[in-house]
This record gives sequence, structure tokens and C-alpha cells, in this order.
Amino acid sequence: MSIKNKALIGGIYEHPTRKAIDKSVAQLHAESAAGALADAGLGPDDVDAYYCAGDAPGLGPLSMIDYMGLKNVRHMDATETGGSSYVVHVGHAAQAIAMGKANIALITLAGRPRADGMATGTAPRNYDSAAPDVPFEFIYGPTVVNMYAMAARRHMYEFGTTSEQLAWIKVAASHHAQHNEHAMLRNVVTVEDVVTSPMISDPLHRLDCCVISDGGGAIVVTSPEVAKSLQRDCVKIMGHGEAPKSIDNGQIDLTYTGARWSGPIAFEEAGVTPSDIDYVSIYDSFTITVLETIEDLGFCEKGKGGSFVSDGNLISGQGRLPFNTDGGGLCNNHPMNRGGLTKVLEAVRQLRGEAHPAVQVKNCQLALAHGTGGSIGTRMASSTVVLGRVDS
Amino acid sequence: MSTQRVFPAPPENVEYEEFWTNVNEGKLLLPRCKDTDQLFWYPRKISPFTLSGNIEWVQASGKGVIYTFSVMRRAEPEYVIAYVRLDEGITMMTNIVECDPDSLEVGQPVELLMQESENGQKIPVFKPV
Repeated sequence: MSIKNKALIGGIYEHPTRKAIDKSVAQLHAESAAGALADAGLGPDDVDAYYCAGDAPGLGPLSMIDYMGLKNVRHMDATETGGSSYVVHVGHAAQAIAMGKANIALITLAGRPRADGMATGTAPRNYDSAAPDVPFEFIYGPTVVNMYAMAARRHMYEFGTTSEQLAWIKVAASHHAQHNEHAMLRNVVTVEDVVTSPMISDPLHRLDCCVISDGGGAIVVTSPEVAKSLQRDCVKIMGHGEAPKSIDNGQIDLTYTGARWSGPIAFEEAGVTPSDIDYVSIYDSFTITVLETIEDLGFCEKGKGGSFVSDGNLISGQGRLPFNTDGGGLCNNHPMNRGGLTKVLEAVRQLRGEAHPAVQVKNCQLALAHGTGGSIGTRMASSTVVLGRVDS
Repeated sequence: MSTQRVFPAPPENVEYEEFWTNVNEGKLLLPRCKDTDQLFWYPRKISPFTLSGNIEWVQASGKGVIYTFSVMRRAEPEYVIAYVRLDEGITMMTNIVECDPDSLEVGQPVELLMQESENGQKIPVFKPV
């Protein structure tokens, strides 16, 4: 049994706010939901499945279903894998629809870390004293950025990857973001700009890091029957994979991510290979996140990511693998420090032909969206979805 | 480093009391699954290989090499977070102390020492040999 082509994405919405001082988290979720349902030409009463993750306030689905007045939900999922959660949800929604448990699934994400003044990347956070790992890690001051920095350092040590190669990832994102009116960072930057920006945690500079933004987004997944009735161009869900990666009982290897497993599962289900993909949205919390993921998904050999991403190879219209044409987390937004959902949104825009004309991939038939959650420095979860045009 | 970061105390947890008591006595204990004869990290009373409670402690030699590290430049004071690969073959998160952060390298030999956290509980950290 497969989900291949048994569910479609019928509506998407990206909240335009990047700093939401005057809005609550629940409100941002609901505004995002309304936007995606309107995009699909549906309403709240049509929703019979709802998915959210740890950014949803209160009891997750229960609180948000109550707040949004959703009356007809019969399938729920609150899988929490950090920033990759929403790519996981797309797969779970497709599974529920393929099994006949749901017809119209709504996925939402929202948050306001910027309005709340959260030091997202640089402050050690004890996320839960009862978490078994905390007594052996929190004492050492792990932060989001120094965990990814340790992965970058090890990748450099094993494969000779350089800061300049990592910088090309940010350069490509900035080339795309200049065309996105909502992007937080619209200036085109150079490799020199990245490697001379202040060091945050060696070897990652400020411009190796994503933005901190408020905002949100939503996705509507439907059955093929519902999709046929919609006015909108729908996008097929062709394959999906998800996989956790752990510290491996003290044998941790920081040079790869769970994409090593989630990618092949998604490609196999979709019946395609990396070379068939026209566009990729790759979770970009940091430049190193993109580099390791591209290798793990098989777009290049392990250890060769540095040369693969260099010289504009990720820039749309110029390189072999156009990526994150909205500017991604590195330049556009990173709602609630979670970038998986927005990765799906830009992949859908590309397949609909609705990306900005300056970055639209010509004849984009197949796209991949990938989420990374947790920390590649410790425990994480990867999720990959392969999407295609209905006529592909 | 002239000033050193104050280590937070590890949260109390009944599963780990014996481990931390031994750290206060200068001993870093590594858990070993007796079913499979494999060491693992971090400590726990359930084997991650078999889910049995058949665990024993092995005292670490305190020798290892830096697997990777990062200098947290945005913190005041700066500190070095690292993974150290112990001679016993397991890799643990730690801090490198009593060092020049700019001179550290992956693969560099380090040795164990215990330093006090904010409530007096000692924690295992490493310094260059």
C-alpha cells in the first residue's frame, strides 16, 4: 500500500507577518488556516482532519480545533518532531486520506518568537528537566547554533569543506530573497560578506544562520475526489519518508542527518530519483543543514556537498539544483523557529508556476520539500516529501 | 580563559543519583549493557540495546580526543562546547576548559577533570593534555 497520488495539496498560505506584536499565537494559526482554506476554495466546515505540532498552544489539536470552531474533525495528529513536523504531517495526512479516514486535512504552524524577544539560537535552553538527555547535556551550554556548528566543524575535518563553500548556500538564498517582498533579508550578499560577518559559534558566522521571525503558514491536503472539484491547481503527493536520528548510544556521527533514510523512502515511493527533481526546498536553519541534507538525499556524494553548492549551483536559472526560491529560512522567514511548513509552500508555488517570475523554474514538474527537526548536533528527525504536477 | 562560565547544576533525577555521586568522588562511570557487553552513553538504567535492566558501571580512564568542538563567541564569557571521544570508544558532550580556545583542534588529546556547578555538584569536563 502506498500514498502515491492518493492525496493532493489543494491550498496553501504563508502568513505575511514577520513580527506579530499585536497578534496571539492562536490567532496566527487561525489566520493561516483561513488563508489556506480560501486558497483551496474551501471553508472551516469542510475540514475533517487537523494536524499541528508543538508550536500550537495548549493541548495542540484540542485547543486549536476549539479556537477555530472546526466541527467536523475525525482525524488528528500532533506529531512533534520540531521543524520537520509539518512535512511529517503532510505524509500522515496523505496516509489518512489514502485509508479513507479523511478527505480534507488542515495543517497549521505559527508563532511569535521575535515579538517575544526569544534568543532562539544563542541561549542554552533546558527544554524539559525530565528529558533523560538534559542532565548530561544542558550543563555544557548547548545552543541551537553551537550544536550545528559542531556538525559543521566535523564535516570540515572529515571532508575538507570550507566556510566559503557553506557561504555559497547563503549567497544563493539571498539571490532569491531579493525578489520576495516579504523576505526579512532582501540584500544580495557575497561569499566575502558571509565569511566576514561576525562569528557566532565557530565555524558558523551570523550569515550562516537563519532569521528569527514570527508568522505562520498552513496547508490543505485533499483526496483526489475533492481535488477534482477545486478551482485551484492541485499538487500530487507522490512519496513521503520520515526518520529519526539519535546520538546512537554514544557513537554519534555528526556528518549526516536522518535524510539519509527519509530521502530514499520518499524517492522509492514516488518512483523517481534525485536527478528527476526540478526544484528542492531544503530546510535551512543553517548553511550546514542544507549541505548535509543535499548529500544525504543523494544529490551528490557524501562529503562532496561543498563543491556541489559552490559557484551559484543552487541559484534558480543559473545552477543545477535551484533551491529555496522564496529565500528560505536563511533570508525569508522561519516562523516559530520551525521551517518545515514553509518549505512545502514554496515547492507548491514552483509546481503551480506561481513562484516569483525571476526565480520560477521553467517547466517545473517534480519538486522535493525536506524538513529537519530537533538538532543535527544531538537527536533529530528528517522528513521528505516528493511532489508533482497533476499532469506530470 | 580568564573567567569561566558558571555551569548549571544537572537537574535531579532518581535514575542518575549513583552516577553523580561518583562524579563528586572524581569518578566518571560509563554504563555497560551486560547482555551485549557494550558501553553506551548517556547513562541510564535500561539498556538501549536490549531494554533490560542488566547494567553495570565501568570507570572511564578519563582519556580521550576531541571529536568536534565550537567556541560560543556570543556568550559572555565565551565557552567551548565539544564532543569528546573517550578511549573506551564512546563519545560524550562536554566542555573543554583551561585552554586557549583558538588553539584547539579536532583529534587533540584531552583528559578528564571534575569542576563544580552552581550548586556544588561536580560535573565532568575536559582539558588539553
